Amino acid sequence: MANKSQSKNIPTLTGAEIVWATLAGEGVSTVFGYPGGAILPVYDALRKFPIHHVLVRHEQGAAHMADGYARASGRVGVAVATSGPGATNLVTGIATAMLDSVPIVCITGQVSSKLLGSDAFQEIDITGITLPITKHNFLVSRVEDIAPTIRKAFQIAVAGRPGPVLVDITKDAQQASAPFDFAAAAPAPHRPHPMLRAETNSIEQAIELISAAKRPVILAGHGVLISEAESQLLAFAERRHIPVASTLLGLGAFPTGHPLALGMMGMHGESWVNNAIQQSDLLLAFGMRFDDRVTGTLATYAPHAKKIHVEIDPAEIDKNVRADVALIGDLGKVLDKLLPLVPPLDRVPHSSQSYRDGWVPTEWLREIAAMKGDASVRDIINLPDNGHLYAAHVIHDIWSEAKASGRLAQTIIVTDVGQHQMWEAQYFRHDTPRTLITSGGLGTMGFALPAAIGAKFACPEKDVWVIAGDGGFQMTAAELSTIQQEHISINIAVINNGFLGMVRQWQEIFYDKNYECTPILSPDFVLLAAAHGIAGTHVAKRSDVIPTVTRARTSGHPFLINFQVEKEDGVYPMIAPGSALHEMVRRPAADPLIETSEAE
Amino acid sequence: MLHTFVALVQDKPGVLTRVASLFRRLSINIVSLTVGESEQPDTSRMTIVCEAPETAADRIRASLYKLEITVDIDEVGRSEAVIRELCLIKVAAGPSVGDHRKDAPSGLHSRSHVFELANVFRARVVDLAPESIMLEMTGGTSKIEGLIQVLRESGYTILEVSRTGRMAMRRGKHTSRVLQALGQANGIASKPKPGPGPKPKPTAAEIIPSEFPNLPDED
Repeated sequence: MANKSQSKNIPTLTGAEIVWATLAGEGVSTVFGYPGGAILPVYDALRKFPIHHVLVRHEQGAAHMADGYARASGRVGVAVATSGPGATNLVTGIATAMLDSVPIVCITGQVSSKLLGSDAFQEIDITGITLPITKHNFLVSRVEDIAPTIRKAFQIAVAGRPGPVLVDITKDAQQASAPFDFAAAAPAPHRPHPMLRAETNSIEQAIELISAAKRPVILAGHGVLISEAESQLLAFAERRHIPVASTLLGLGAFPTGHPLALGMMGMHGESWVNNAIQQSDLLLAFGMRFDDRVTGTLATYAPHAKKIHVEIDPAEIDKNVRADVALIGDLGKVLDKLLPLVPPLDRVPHSSQSYRDGWVPTEWLREIAAMKGDASVRDIINLPDNGHLYAAHVIHDIWSEAKASGRLAQTIIVTDVGQHQMWEAQYFRHDTPRTLITSGGLGTMGFALPAAIGAKFACPEKDVWVIAGDGGFQMTAAELSTIQQEHISINIAVINNGFLGMVRQWQEIFYDKNYECTPILSPDFVLLAAAHGIAGTHVAKRSDVIPTVTRARTSGHPFLINFQVEKEDGVYPMIAPGSALHEMVRRPAADPLIETSEAE
Repeated sequence: MLHTFVALVQDKPGVLTRVASLFRRLSINIVSLTVGESEQPDTSRMTIVCEAPETAADRIRASLYKLEITVDIDEVGRSEAVIRELCLIKVAAGPSVGDHRKDAPSGLHSRSHVFELANVFRARVVDLAPESIMLEMTGGTSKIEGLIQVLRESGYTILEVSRTGRMAMRRGKHTSRVLQALGQANGIASKPKPGPGPKPKPTAAEIIPSEFPNLPDED
């Protein structure tokens, strides 16, 4: 066997070396991890391979970094951890990637196979724990299985609907040796997706519905970005004059300045977006899953609309909203097939350019425009400076500064979870795919800082901003140290209102202003940054926002800005849980500020 | 309603957990689940019967297929498949059985009456002890439940029942719609014959051989 291997020029490597060799073969150049006993053989072998390892401060950070790396680049992110607590610390990050369909591969060390099941030191059944939060996971206890399993994991992570895969490798498998043949370890082709509802006339039915629709709306989800179907989406919308509403994770898939762009739908979407959906007669759901945050109460969701659901995951069809026509497959490919069959509307221009000149909106688009009403008057962004600093202003100014500097398309915003996340979605206009990275499905606080580090490694040439609340930022603030150890430049905007703001807002509206456990004491974030050797400053005045943002962006080093914003500000519009999509709580007009502005 | 899924899955440790975990996650109760070797190496065939809304079937099937360990998945209706269950029933009967209750069968006579019932239901006597009889019966669910009910109504004490749960196999040559749709039958199902134009999917009427119209549950 050994002779045979040598004759084919196949080296014999240890399991640990095979791990790195396989990762390198899969094109991995950066991994995020934390060493420990059961993964030590792998770490010992690292120096022989051209792979950069980022030492994190907590394994949750490693999973989020792999996630941010994957979302920013579209490539598979890799996290490495040891057995037991190292592996369990990954869990939140894996679940985050699962809920948002992000391809990551997590490699964990495991106790030696002879100790499995004996409650050995730092032994935990991580494949059991992560079973429902991974696309698939593996326990590898034979050295020969390492390369094929890691290659299979990469295949599974990106196949169909992407997601996380975990490979748990016992220590004895890492220490044993086996011939390493990367090519021979290639997995068989992944099972194709079954066309569970591929009635031959589905496409025809879809075309019929599209042709008959008078009030259609496209719902653009994360699938547009994952499938890289932005150009098909644009062409499709323009061909039939169909307005495009985006989910949170779909932001960036459609240019915000386009006359057909509606903006974000759902719980904190603008009223006209949700009203347009409620009044539409055809919803074209492109790579989205009708999450409860975008539908409101299902019983009253878009009651007059037929639904065409284009989705790669058959298990999403009819899960929440019954589809009249389901087209299962990769969005870009389905749209490629559909597009030439869709009859163009008369007098519809055929390029984005012609949209800007001499374009006559359809009656439906004029109706939607009329729905906007006084929304823009109520919008805080249009109110005069009253000496208070509002988070909306901060977000808007970070956006306008990036735009003015010509760096907008090269600016990636990574948000945490909460009020600032929604304000970011409302006030930062994303025109470029993969420029907003946010935890949508799981809503993981503490996501922003580590995910931003991952994004920076994926796109070192881009400006990466963390926008985080004072609560979430403290959950993973230890990764500031990782930034410094890695000499990378990330800008951090802490939106500091002294509260766990989104929870406080719910307490304000639904719990009679009983602010139980939501006021949060924070350290001086500028001093905290300084302790890590990171420059920073406080901003409490609107006029200081843009100059400070410019200073941060041009400093060439990481920079933290603590924005001391209005304490009891709320995110509006808002749909209360259990309400219909059109039953929005509007921006409070009772606010004296608004009365002033309306009096003007 | 009851759904019956037949899944071809990899034969590896943890596969059962993955399938069971899926149903737990969907909050669907498994009525019965049988697993055994299949005609293909390294694969098992599972029959899963679960109680779920009628509209949930497509989603359960799609979710089952999403599991990496699933090779093929099919949902079979009652009329499209042969559905069988094996049952062992231990009944208190025989010379040592004496019952204080009035009319309760006892003594040697109690044994012969069980033989009669077994004969009618085509159950087999597989064990005989002074105080009990063990019956083995294969059939549809209603037949098994019928025997148990008749035994109870005749006053017998049923000491133990062990049922395998349902196994299902689609009738005729057709196996799985998924494999057919994929054109990946690989000898399991015959590939659609090459002919002009796309061949329409077989309807249920085509799948069920006409000589078994509305075949009842029992033979």
